[in-house]
Amino acid sequence: MDTMRDRFAPVVTRLLDEDPRVAVVLAEIGRDGFGEALRRHPDRVINVGIREQLLVGAAAGLALTGMRPVVHTFASFLVERPFEQVKLDLGHQNAGAVLVSAAASFDWPAGGYTHMSPGDVALLDTLDGWTVHVPGHPDEAETLLRHAVAAGDDKVYVRLSVQANRKGRPVDGQHLRTVREGRSGVVVAVGPMLDAVLAATEDLDVTVLYATTVRPFDTAGLRRATESAGTDVVLVEPYLAGTSTAVVNDALADAPHRVLGLGVGRRELRRYGTVEQHVAAHGLDASSLRARIGAFTGLPAPA
Amino acid sequence: MTITEESGRTYTYDDLPRLMGLMTGDEKHGPAATSTLDVLWVLYDRVLRIRPEGTEDPGRDRFLLSKGHGPMAYYAVLAAQGFVPVDWLPAFGSYDSPLGHHPDRVLVPGAEIGSGSLGHGLPIAVGTALGLRAQRLGEPRVWVLVGDAELDEGSNHEAIAFAGPAGLERLHTVVVDNASASHARPGGIAARFEAAGWSAATVDGRDHEALYAAFTAPHPGRPHVVVARVESKYA
Repeated sequence: MDTMRDRFAPVVTRLLDEDPRVAVVLAEIGRDGFGEALRRHPDRVINVGIREQLLVGAAAGLALTGMRPVVHTFASFLVERPFEQVKLDLGHQNAGAVLVSAAASFDWPAGGYTHMSPGDVALLDTLDGWTVHVPGHPDEAETLLRHAVAAGDDKVYVRLSVQANRKGRPVDGQHLRTVREGRSGVVVAVGPMLDAVLAATEDLDVTVLYATTVRPFDTAGLRRATESAGTDVVLVEPYLAGTSTAVVNDALADAPHRVLGLGVGRRELRRYGTVEQHVAAHGLDASSLRARIGAFTGLPAPA
Repeated sequence: MTITEESGRTYTYDDLPRLMGLMTGDEKHGPAATSTLDVLWVLYDRVLRIRPEGTEDPGRDRFLLSKGHGPMAYYAVLAAQGFVPVDWLPAFGSYDSPLGHHPDRVLVPGAEIGSGSLGHGLPIAVGTALGLRAQRLGEPRVWVLVGDAELDEGSNHEAIAFAGPAGLERLHTVVVDNASASHARPGGIAARFEAAGWSAATVDGRDHEALYAAFTAPHPGRPHVVVARVESKYA
């Protein structure tokens, strides 16, 4: 299967052809996919070199002239390194952009911690007005990229990963999708976590909701699910554990509830290896999830 | 040239100290507040093609105040030129005032960017120049004002190093140099821009004719920097 990132340059190249407002801003990473686009649109495919503060600042300047910048690099260098530019040059200036990251929490484990960004969504959560899409399949990534670019002058973050579910599902850039219904709890699987969550909860009487747009969070959809499944909620997120716990708490503020936030741990593992090994190390493989979700919902795994 | 405000009152350069005094309650101003005054006046009075009624015009020149600290001279010039009502000035910095100790583009008519944190204006100016070029808007020029110590921030150097080789001819930087950087070499500012392929001029930042000449000097195919030297902050 191709990756979400394999879809990125072709989709954005088509958007460059379709919409004269669209401009792509790169900092070397990802430039190879835009060779043809650069020939067709030399003024709208911009590579600033290895300069990430300029990457975001220049995108803001483009937006201030009325363009729709699509900005791409690894999450560490898109959100973390130039965070003040994201906060000020986009947020404070009231300028919109689509930030599209790759490498996610540990897409390249052999690359080590410098190329891991489990905290990107939590960082964006300190800011106002960001839409955050976390596709779980290349087809969904394509749909959500188009949503993001078409979203006026909104600030939108699209988090691409090599982690993916086996099949794509219809996504609308807004709502939670009910994948399974039960009566003893709600499990929210975010993006690429869905397959493992479905495997982990096969023998559990829980509702499984699939989230590919996590900000703004579909509060109404979650509340509806708790009407029949109760207010024990488990979040399974492919980034920092607990990133959405506060959002879920706020959504259920008027009802007694419990929330378990599962995701990537804070502790730096200092390990290389494979994505699967890191998934397991953070307790996000199906059998670890079965044990942790079962313990929380009072349905321990069979011996 | 002078601009007439709504009330019919016409302001000149000589009115600027009094306008600044409306904000500070003082006719004397520290070097940080006035180091930019002459540069701003010459730009707004003689160089920039922007009018108070055209602040959304796609064809306008863009002026980005990157050094947002000590913005009284900026507000005084904007008021004198009719962008900001003079009666906004006395409430400077108060809760209900649009005029803060760092400008906010959302609140101040004519302000192209909000600033305060140093090192943001030049990268945004690069993007603005790229956006105008991509839209085939041939006329508008982009100006950004930075302080000499502001150039300590590495983000500026990302922008300087990119803009020269990218041939961003419409991009102009004016560095107001009041020798406030703790670590600097004489002549280092212009040399750094020139090394990146910029056209550069260094002039007396209080001499209006010299500033005007430097601001309007041709620089085909290259971005242009004017280093405007004023009295030292620490003298």
